Amino acid sequence: MGEASLKKLPLDALWRASAKKFGDFAGYDMPLEFGGQVGGLIPEHNWTRTNAGLFDVSHMGPCFFALPKGHGLEGDEAHKAVSAIIEELVPGDIQGLKPGQVRYTTLLNADGGCLDDLMIARPAEPGAAGDLYIVVNAGTKEQDFALIAQNAGARANLVRADDRCLLALQGPAAEAVARAVIADELGAMTFMQVKRFDAFGRLTITRSGYTGEDGYEILVRAEQATALAEALLAHGDVKPIGLGARDSLRLEAGLCLYGHELDETISPIEADLAWIIQKRRRGLGDFPGGARILKELAEGPVRKRVGIRPLDRAPARDGVEIQVDGRKIGVVTSGGFSPILNAPVSMGYVETAFATPGTKVDLIVRGTPRAGEIVPLPFVPHRYKKG
Amino acid sequence: MTTKYTKDHEWVRIEGDVAVVGISTFAAEQLGDVVYVELPAIGKQVKQGGDMAVVESAKAASDVYAPVSGEIIAVNDALNGNPEKVNEGAEGDGWFCKIRIANAGEADALMDASAYADFAKA
Repeated sequence: MGEASLKKLPLDALWRASAKKFGDFAGYDMPLEFGGQVGGLIPEHNWTRTNAGLFDVSHMGPCFFALPKGHGLEGDEAHKAVSAIIEELVPGDIQGLKPGQVRYTTLLNADGGCLDDLMIARPAEPGAAGDLYIVVNAGTKEQDFALIAQNAGARANLVRADDRCLLALQGPAAEAVARAVIADELGAMTFMQVKRFDAFGRLTITRSGYTGEDGYEILVRAEQATALAEALLAHGDVKPIGLGARDSLRLEAGLCLYGHELDETISPIEADLAWIIQKRRRGLGDFPGGARILKELAEGPVRKRVGIRPLDRAPARDGVEIQVDGRKIGVVTSGGFSPILNAPVSMGYVETAFATPGTKVDLIVRGTPRAGEIVPLPFVPHRYKKG
Repeated sequence: MTTKYTKDHEWVRIEGDVAVVGISTFAAEQLGDVVYVELPAIGKQVKQGGDMAVVESAKAASDVYAPVSGEIIAVNDALNGNPEKVNEGAEGDGWFCKIRIANAGEADALMDASAYADFAKA
């Protein structure tokens, strides 16, 4: 694909001034690394872990999914009605969301494989009862939106919001910065909550992220986005961070990347995401691939997502074969370098018998077996602000 | 003693019948932080343009090709513990290995510093 056909972020002009490298991700021309003192993948990574990083993730797929106008339902009833429709596609208890609560879940195919991973939020505002705020991945958004809309038919409407900007503010300084720049009430939100704010037009903000740090993801209209980004960047604790560090941060945090740790063949149980299927849905098993998923919950999956530490300095990246006693027992799905551990780290899938932390494995890097060990995830502890 | 460059961004400095090789400062800047260098075994025969080493930045692995043919007679062991030397001095302390040159004259066709500077800019 030529660069001419890449889509530009609404804030492209802002990033052109400071980013050092751009690259294609899911058809968007994205800043990969920034310049200056904190520029470069490792400095940007470390800055996010110690201060606050601002990420432009406007390539992703935010949307609103709502009952048709004049539905006549209120409060929990309206929420249950719209949630029942989306629950036909995901295994999470969406009906059980409290106002202002967000849940991480997966879109499933009939075999219980993951079509995408996504966030679903119930707005806090009573006037928005019957609406859901959903954010899907960039590379899958066209198929996801089509699937969700088609499945709903006339029962609910999907309104895309990917013409807006989605900015992520992540790191230990995120709360103080967000309170100073946007609204003091942001301090009262806890991890996986959502709220609207009348600032910079109107913002929809979730306390969530993809780094393992505390922080926020902020949906802002494109017209207001430059002003918001500039106000955040004007704060001394905030630096812009590229997609390169976004990937190393999520890898350290042990978070799945669709197309790597998740795909159409992988179930949430194999991905070690059993926690995303709440009790009510387990009892019912009424989601696509329910039979497989309930069986895996009861008996264990044949393969499992694990953390892996290569024991020397060579990174073991996506596609590296994992062996025990010369036999292939798995494959690496993401691998790179952890700036915090100052060592290579990987995630991958292994046969369940070899998934216990402490298991020694061989990582076949460029034809040479290198010693590795299965370890618990995450590699770096999460620092979410739990309620 | 002049330094020559390949279009794959390796440099080579000829010292008698020995070539000292590494990756260019431009290449190191493009790669970003180097976190691992896989060096060849001493005694290995390499061919001009053939695989010689692998350099891993935080984001990706890249092949490094031999700028001249010959036998690997030394490697820069300091890179094992301190791969960041490649970023700090790609064309100095960050050298990769030394090759005993098999075909004198092979390096003649490579770019000199000013030709390489133009090439890297293009």
